[in-house]
This record gives sequence, structure tokens and C-alpha cells, in this order.
Amino acid sequence: MSETTPAITQATLVKKAAPKSDYKPADVSPQRRVQRSFAVRLWSVRHSRLLEWFYARFSDTFLLLHPLWKRIGYGRVEGPIKFVEKRVKGFMFDCRMCGQCILSSTGMSCPMNCPKQLRNGPCGGVRANGNCEVEPDMPCVWVKAWEGSRNMVHGDKILDVQKPVDQSLRETSAWLRVTAQAAAARETARNAPNPGAPA
Amino acid sequence: MIGRQPDENPAGIHLPLDPLPGHTSRGRLERVLRRGEFAVTTELNPPDSADPEDVYNRAKIFDGWVDAINAVDASGANCHMSSVGICALLTRMGYAPIMQIACRDRNRIAIQGDVLGGAAMGVANMLCLTGDGVQAGDQPGAKPVFDLDCMSLLETCRIMRDNGKFLSGRKLTTPPQLFLGAAINPFAPPIDFRPYRLGKKIAAGAQFVQSQYCFDVPMFRTYMQQVRDLGFTEKCFILCGVGPLASAKTAKWIRSNVPGIHIPDSIVKRLEGAQDQKEEGKQLCIDIINEVKEIPGVSGVHVMAYRQEEYVAEIVDESGVLKGRQPWKREIRRDDQLVADRLDHILHDEITETQVDMVKTAH
Repeated sequence: MSETTPAITQATLVKKAAPKSDYKPADVSPQRRVQRSFAVRLWSVRHSRLLEWFYARFSDTFLLLHPLWKRIGYGRVEGPIKFVEKRVKGFMFDCRMCGQCILSSTGMSCPMNCPKQLRNGPCGGVRANGNCEVEPDMPCVWVKAWEGSRNMVHGDKILDVQKPVDQSLRETSAWLRVTAQAAAARETARNAPNPGAPA
Repeated sequence: MIGRQPDENPAGIHLPLDPLPGHTSRGRLERVLRRGEFAVTTELNPPDSADPEDVYNRAKIFDGWVDAINAVDASGANCHMSSVGICALLTRMGYAPIMQIACRDRNRIAIQGDVLGGAAMGVANMLCLTGDGVQAGDQPGAKPVFDLDCMSLLETCRIMRDNGKFLSGRKLTTPPQLFLGAAINPFAPPIDFRPYRLGKKIAAGAQFVQSQYCFDVPMFRTYMQQVRDLGFTEKCFILCGVGPLASAKTAKWIRSNVPGIHIPDSIVKRLEGAQDQKEEGKQLCIDIINEVKEIPGVSGVHVMAYRQEEYVAEIVDESGVLKGRQPWKREIRRDDQLVADRLDHILHDEITETQVDMVKTAH
């Protein structure tokens, strides 16, 4: 058996064989084309502790407003809240509106920015410099997530096994979902008989 | 008839083994590992053809040297015969395949179907992987699916096996009996997260893991130390990935082109300095096996010899990891031999019987 390993990859051959034209789009994945430069996203990861503190206050406020949301109707507030949420989280984290936000478990680094959309940790292909396998010039989302989580108080939530994404919840408001779920949990806790400590 | 072969169903080589207490599968690999033997697994280079003989021939060279064979699922995002297809052929012949499932090409509906189908064919081991990105392969224009990731895939398989349910909660009539595997890469950043990630995989259902190519033994030793300290070696069998490098040139090419493989400079230097680089690559692989087998918590090796499959037997033999044990080997059974002897004349005698002749001889 002589030298069998090709000097160039099959992908390069395929790319070379493609018809030539004047318009050559940037050689990045479609995922990257819709993504802004990641400066703000990296800032958010660096300040994950501050954002964690802020989000805790913010979600409490939202929970306090639960009666208001209920009065108006969750369905009716969804539109405007989603509009704000999409822009704010889009600016801060390059949010993809998966509708089931786990930023506080991933060191404030949005896992949907991973080209493989991994939600449970880095793949085995992370480059030695900590960059992505698919996007050589992009820092790995999960390397950043690990760094961010180390700054956070509840950073060990990164060790929880996340469920697969429910694609039917895309483009919905995670803020409202979390608030409604927390309100429901509070309600059941209040109604449940508690023999240990009388309320 | 009692088979001389270890771990073989006397009623037929293609049939699952008797269930044992504490075992989740009815396969050979789990038995070998739980007995505390040093396991050897390898990888079958999937053919680009529709001929079953190609698969059989490629599996034959591992006969009697390995405990299980990985059926890869379009590794490197290159198109080949599917892992389900390879498993179907291998189980027929009594081999113990490890069916690899990559999340790149199929969504949760297809994957759960394949898990059931594979288990029904007698596949006892499944390896849950994320899969390489499509940009790495021969069809970079393909749609990357990644509906599940390796972790949620593991959990899906575990739920199907232990709870007898699909991910949706719908009941299965007969749940699959599986030995679940995953991959680890201790050599890629974030290095200090890697041991915890193994913990996550164990929590999600991994019972054995195969590592990426190990060329940096000190790095692997540190990783194993951390894993032992966390107590993961009691919950999971760790198989270290090893393989021969064909030459220093190949090593350099792999280092710069294949993501996730870490080759230290000392290895490249050693290969460059050698007279016969190929021989040196093989020797290097044997040396690494001899080093990693002494690390506490390592339960076996996974020999990946892409396009050098003929070396697997030599590597396993010369490193002596089997300690005189012979893994299951496909052999002609005694009754098969009996039938073959009786009917052998059919193949060799020139008998052309016509119905007219038969009538004549009948009287």
C-alpha cells in the first residue's frame, strides 16, 4: 500500500470543481452569515456574573407582574414582549429565538450560535486555540460558555443535561414562558399541604 | 452442543446471548467488559459499494482479534454505506458491531426508528455521537440536521431502553436492550471542562466511552487522574483510542486538517527520524497501548487503523493486551461441517440430471 492519505480534502476538491463566477460569497457557513460580529456576545460572557445578578432581579420583576400579564392576557402581550426580547437578546447574545432560553446554564453564551447547535457542551472538534471546528475564526461557543460559567454564582448549572430543543417553540418568548411556569410552580407550592412548616 | 467459543449463542451465532443479571444488553462487548477483561474494539472502514462481500471481507481481517467492531455513520461527513446496513450484515455473521449514530444527518424521528431497527437485528451496542460538521465532508452543501446532540441522543436511547418509551412518551411493546456508548476527546479545549463533560454523558446514559486518538499519553494520564478523582471510572468503561500513523507527512496533515486530533511535536519528530516510517508508526501505536493499558481505569483500547486495517491484528498481538485470551471468532460449526461434508459431492461431481434420466433410474 503506497501513500494513501490525500494532500487535500474532498471538500476542497468539491469546492474547486464548482463553476466559476464573479460573485463569490464569503467562505463561511450560512449560520455565520446571519450572525453579527461577536464582540457584544463576548462582552456578555465576560460579564456573566453581572448579567446573572441582573437577570435574577429582572425575572423577579416579571414574576411580580404576573397578575398584570394575566389580566391583559399572555397571548396579547406576547407580540410586544417578543419584539423587545428578540432585539435585546439579539443584541446582547446573538439570540436565535429558540424560545427555551438556557443562557443562565451556559455561562451567558448562547448555545444556538454553535454551528451544530449543541446544548450540552463542546464537541470533540474544538481547535487547539479554542476556536470552532466549522468556523476557524470564531471562538468556540462552549469554550466561552465554560469561562463564563466559572464567573457565575450558579455556574455549575452547566453540568445539567439539557433536553433536546422543542422546535415547535421557536420564535416564542422565553421570558413569558419562564414567568408563567414560575407562577404556576408558586401556585402549586402554595396550595400543596406543607406539614413541616405552617405558612 | 456447547460452543468452544466464548460468548456465543449455541442456537446460532446471529442470535442474542442469554441475559445476565446487571447487564443491559445481550451482547458480547458488555460481557467482556463486565468480566473485567481488557477489551479491544476497532473500526470497519465502510465500503463505497452495494456488495455485502466488501463488508464481510473487511470484517474478516479482525477475526479473533477484537471484541467489537464500530460501524461508522458517514465519518467525517463523507458518504459511505450506512451504519445500519453494515450492522445488518455483521450481525448476520455473528459479529458484535457497535452501531454509531451521528446527529448530523437524521432527526429524532429517524434516529429512534433506527435504534429500534438496529436492536431488532441484534445490535447490542450503540455509540451516540454528535458527528462532524458537513463542511468537512465530500458534500458540503448538505443540510446539517443536528436535531439532537450526543447528550440528548444518549438520553433518548436510555429512555427507550429503561422506560420503554419513545421521547414523546409513547410506549414501546418491546424495548431495545442496549449497551450505550459515547465518545470523549480529552485533548481539545476547554481541557478543564472535559472530565465534567464525561460526567454529563454518564448522567445521560453512557456505559462505555471510546476516546479520540491518543498520541499524548501524559495528557491522557492527567485526564484519567481527574476522572478517577470524580469517581467516573466505576460508572463507565473507558476505552482509549489508538492508531498507527502511516508517516510523518500524514501526521502533519492530520494535525492541520482533521479537527480534534492532537499530535505533539515529539511524535512527528520520532516518525521523521525513523528509517521505515510506517513500521515506526506501528511501533509507536504499540508503545502507546503499552503505556495506556497500565493507567488505572482504562478498560480497553479502540484501535482505529484507517486504511491500515491489516495492522490491527499485529498491533493487538505485539502489544499483548489480550493476555492470551482469544476474542470470539467466526468458525465453521460442527454440524455445518457435517452437512458440508455430506453434500460436498454436489459441488464437484458433474451430475446433470434430466427428468427423463430420473424416470429411467427410478425403475
